[in-house]
Parts: sequence; C-alpha cells; structure tokens
Amino acid sequence: MSTDNARIRELSSRAYKYGFVSDFESDAAPRGLNEDVIRLISAKKNEPQWLLDWRLKAYRHWLTMREPTWQNVHYEPIDYQDIIYYSAPKPKTPGPNSLDEVDPELREMFGKLGISLAEQERLTGVAVDAVVDSVSVATTFKHKLAEVGVIFCSFSEAVQNHPELVRKYLGSVVPYSDNFFATLNSAVFSDGSFCYVPKGVRCPMELSTYFRINAADTGQFERTLIVAEEGAYVSYLEGCTAPMRDNNQLHAAVVELVALDNAQIKYATVQNWYPGDAQGRGGIFNFVTKRGKCAGAHSKISWTQVETGSAITWKYPGVILQGDYSVGEFYSVALTANHQQADTGTKMIHIGRHTRSTILSKGISAGHGQNTYRGLVKIQKGATGAHNHTQCDSLLLGSQCGAHTFPYVEVKNPSAQVEHEASTSKISDEQLFYCRQRGISAEDAVPMIVNGFCREVFKELPMEFAVEAQKLLGVSLEGCVG
Amino acid sequence: MLEINDLHASVEGREILRGITLRVEAGEVHAIMGPNGSGKSTLAQVLAGHESYEVSGEVLYEGQDLLAMSAEARAVAGIFLAFQYPVEIPGVGNLYFLRTALNAVRKQRGLEELDALDFLALAKERMALVEMDQSFMNRAVNVDFSGGEKKRNEIFQMAILEPKLAILDETDSGLDIDALRVVAAGVNALRRKDRALLVITHYQRLLDYIVPDRVHVIANGRIVQSGGKELAIELEKHGYGSFEKASAAPGATP
Repeated sequence: MSTDNARIRELSSRAYKYGFVSDFESDAAPRGLNEDVIRLISAKKNEPQWLLDWRLKAYRHWLTMREPTWQNVHYEPIDYQDIIYYSAPKPKTPGPNSLDEVDPELREMFGKLGISLAEQERLTGVAVDAVVDSVSVATTFKHKLAEVGVIFCSFSEAVQNHPELVRKYLGSVVPYSDNFFATLNSAVFSDGSFCYVPKGVRCPMELSTYFRINAADTGQFERTLIVAEEGAYVSYLEGCTAPMRDNNQLHAAVVELVALDNAQIKYATVQNWYPGDAQGRGGIFNFVTKRGKCAGAHSKISWTQVETGSAITWKYPGVILQGDYSVGEFYSVALTANHQQADTGTKMIHIGRHTRSTILSKGISAGHGQNTYRGLVKIQKGATGAHNHTQCDSLLLGSQCGAHTFPYVEVKNPSAQVEHEASTSKISDEQLFYCRQRGISAEDAVPMIVNGFCREVFKELPMEFAVEAQKLLGVSLEGCVG
Repeated sequence: MLEINDLHASVEGREILRGITLRVEAGEVHAIMGPNGSGKSTLAQVLAGHESYEVSGEVLYEGQDLLAMSAEARAVAGIFLAFQYPVEIPGVGNLYFLRTALNAVRKQRGLEELDALDFLALAKERMALVEMDQSFMNRAVNVDFSGGEKKRNEIFQMAILEPKLAILDETDSGLDIDALRVVAAGVNALRRKDRALLVITHYQRLLDYIVPDRVHVIANGRIVQSGGKELAIELEKHGYGSFEKASAAPGATP
C-alpha cells in the first residue's frame, strides 16, 4: 500500500513537472494515456497484479490497433491524448448548489418526464442531504440481495472482495483484444457494476430499482460484468430516462454477460445522454461493446435497448449462443433526431445445436437524423437446427433524415433457418388527419404513432420504464413535427 | 348550424366540388346521395378539414368561418367525420387513442380530463350501443378489423365524442344487413335536437333505417336535386343516370 502511494506521488509530481495539468489534484490522473497512467489507475484501485497485467496487455495491443471506419457515422477525429482517464468518482468541478442553478431547459425536461425532485438533484449532481434517504433504501436492498447470495456491487469492490470471480469471467466474453474501443476500455476502465447470481437463485428484485438509487456517476469507461450460474435469473436495467449531467464526450463502455445452464439474464438499457444541440454541436459519442454468452444449455439472454440520446451511438449488443438450446433476443428502439447518428444492431452467433435468436429492431429518424441497423446472424457448422428471426422496421419523419439497413447473414449449417423481414414507412398524412379529426393535434399525434410503432419493444421493458420510455420518445420528438 | 355557400374544391388542379350550397339546422338529418366520383366524399373531407384540397367559397358553422379552422379545432368545435376508410394506427390501443382524443377535446373546451376508470365505464356503456365486443378495446386502432368492425368502431367513437355535427361517409358500405341494422340503431340512438347528421351514402337502404329529413342528390360536384325522404326511393328506382347527364357541364370530364 505504502509503495503504491509512493508510486502515485512520484507519478503525480512528474505529471506536474511536465505541466500537463496546471492544478493537479491527487485524485485525478494527468491528461493523456501511457503505461504510467494505467499503473496509476490500477494502483489507485489497489488492484492485484494480474489485473494490472491484463490492463497493460490490452493497452499494448491497443497501440497496434486503428480506430474503425466501417460504421456509417461521421465525426471529427478523437484526440486520445486529450482525455483524462482517471478521476475520483466525485467530480472536482463544483456541482450546482441547488436545483435553481441547473439549466432551466433541463429542469423543464425533468418536469415533462415526471422525475421526482430528489432524483433530479441526484442526476444533476446537486449536493444535498436528500440522498440520505436513498442510501438507506439502497442498504435495505443490499441486505435483501445478500440474504439470497446475490452479489451486486461496484466493479472495484468486486475486485477487492471477489477477485476469483472477476478473474474467472473478466474478458471471457469480450476479450481484451476485441475491438478498438473495447480494448481501450480494458486498459483504462474506471469502474462499473458487478453482479453475480448463484446457482438456482432467482434475483428477488429488478436490479433497476436498486441501480437507479445507487449508481450515479458511472463515468466514461464503464465496465459491467454479470454472471448467472446454473438455473439463476436476473433482470437488470441500466441507465435512466432522465438526461444526465455529463461533460465527457467519449463513452466507451464494455458489458459482459455470462449465463450458465438454464440461466436467464435480461438486460435493458435506456440511454438518454446529451445528443448535442439542434445544429449538431456537442453531444456524447457512445461507442459501446456489449455481449452476452449463453455458455450453458437452455440458457437465455435478452437485450432490450431504447436509444434516444447521444450524438453518435455505435453499439451491437450480441449473444454468443454456445449452449445447446440456448436463446438470444435483441429488442431495440433507436431514435435519431436533429443531427444525431446511430449505427446499431446486434450479433447473434449460433454455435450450439438448436439455438434460437430473435431480433426486433425499430429505427426512427427525424430531422437530419441518420439511423443505421447493422446486424450479423452467424450460424456455425455445428449449430444444427438453429433458427433466427429478424425484423427491422424503420420509420421516417420528414424528408431530410435517413434509414439504412445492413443485415449480414453467414450460414454454415444447412439445417439452419434464417428469416429476415424489413420495412420502411412514413407517418402517413391520412394517419395524421385521422388523429387530428378526432381532436388530437399533430404535435401529440406524432409521438403517439411513434410509440405505437415501438410498442413491441417497449413491452419487453419493466413496466415503469416502459411508461418512462414512452414519455421520453415524446420529449425527444418535440420540434420534429411539421 | 351549417351553412355552405358556393363551395368549390379541387385537388391537383382538378375541380371536384363545383359550387355546393347547403343549409343544415340543428336536429336535422340530411342525406347526401350520388354516384361514385360525384364529390360526396370530397365534401365530407373538406368539411372535416383535410388539407389536400384547394378550397374556395364559404362555410359557416355556428356562425364561425369553418374553412379558417384547423382539423383539430373543428373537432373541438364538435364536428365528427365517420371515415369511409378508417385509418389503421399500429401499436396504438383503440381505447387509449379514443381517451386521448376525448381528453384533448375536453381540455380545449375547458372541461376536466377523464381519468382511465371513468373513461372505461363510459366506453363500456357506449360500446354496447353498437354491440361491439369488449375485446376491441385494447386492439390497435383499426388494425386487423374487418370492414364492418371498422365502421362500428367509427360509430363507437362518435358515441364517445358526442359531436354536434356528425358526417357519416358511406358508413353502410361493407356492412352486411345485420351489421347495418346495428350501426343504424346506434346512430339513431345518437339523434338529438341539438345534433345534426350529414349522411353520405350511395344506396338508399341505409335510409330505411336512418330516416332523413332532407335528401340531396350530388352529381359532378353540384347538388342537382333536393327533396324529402321520398327522393331517395325515387333514386333507387331510376338510378343516377338522368342526374349525371343533366349536370354534366360542357367540357367536364365524363
């Protein structure tokens, strides 16, 4: 420990000497990325040697990689030496002291979404005592989970308290060398969530409930690992329908899910990061790698995502269907308005026999939004009797937006069945007239019709989030009508 | 209640209504009859505020300039169109749609919005009026409805929205005789002293059930004859042929 501290001091003073950071605080790394920064992060977190080695291996590999260019999105080059890769969870820049200091537009949006005052304060980073209330609730949840043996904690805590589990599963689904952004994440990830559900246990609550109260400040390079042992069940909801205060431009997260025999994991995301302004300035780059492995027979992994935020979304939550009779599902709503761009879809890799996958993608483009579905269905040689059904629907609002579909299908087993359906539609004038004749204004009719278009995906979300997701679509579509 | 003076409407340069003049008082039922393509449905769409038409002339509704009002403002003011081809809205529940509509209208009129429970009670009561099965409540608006089911659904919506002026555009088309009876009974139950009906139909048979005060024959975009309910019976006997010839203006497309 003391050697670590000495090392940190050494590093920080060196950084200061070189003038990378003018007002260097002990809880932040200097700007830019090199092996010392990775050692600093690892030391800060008191990590075991194997984890530091893993990070360094990833970093060295990353240096040999090039940023991908195949995706259908456009952005200015990112300067990776201009990012601060580690700062302590509490932001050093002072947050607002009360909600009165928060951007009125943001507050208005909270109001429309029906977010409680306490939650608004938490989301905007207001330092208040009201959180005390939430903490006690969170503690109650933690006890309840512990009683049945479910481990749910931050990734850093898991490294300290359950290193054997982390070591066993980290990188087992998304290897450190997977892709440019995942490899970067492997080198520098700061924190995230860890969930372990032991054999035969059905997680007694939607982890969303807990998550919403407990996990703010998730940071830029998040890493999540969820393991469901034989026969276990867990439902997890990441994110929040409220817009998060966030100054980081690049988000490169990694999520790994592992389901053993007969286990089931449901993972839902509602993503509403800052999308940039109406002219397309600013906004988050959301470059995320999410993958699940149905390692055991009869296991099941479902991804549900509602993506309405970010300037650019680049993610393909996939499932490796290794166990025989395993099932993978992907349900997605992606909305791009103004100048937002999304290139999203899924990968279903069928390895085991009689594996099944379902893909349902709903893309909505408005304004100058560009929406791309990109999906891979791969049936390996041994995947006898594999089955996939894919449905991609696109809805266009206005004439300046775009929808694109790139389905990739690779079939190496003749007994496999792969179905693909795709549609592109517009909200018709007749639909709008029908609504307006009944007294519903165009401003209200459009979100209603769009929500109807997304219904099959929303019903996969936990109830309360389905309602919020609907409101969120409405808010995101404001100003896109006419 | 409704006063139409020399109403013209054209779409893509083609004139469809060529000077309609008509007066409808509260409590009255007027039938508009005519052959296919005569402009009956265009009249309905223009009155409801469809924006595809170029319109001139004057329409006064309760003394207001109707043509200056948006489609939704007309709905708020109490105009309802039962569509000839009701539109499908995938994924939007029938009841949800209708509650949204009713509350939008109520809000504009300064009335309190109905909550889900009160609305459900109202919906059940009004569904009985057109003998509609309750399974239709949560199905998506008009999606996978049969032709007859769509028409019943229109009258059910009318019963919920309680318009002052209801325009029924070929509500009888696609209905078998039993369904026709049910729908007509539903409409009759909604007849009131302060409510006017404009019933557009190709056939006389609907008028056996919904008995009109006045019948107007429209051909080539003009009203060519008006009369009492006996005019409908005469039409049934002799057809529209003579009216079409009589009204064909020089140079008009046949």
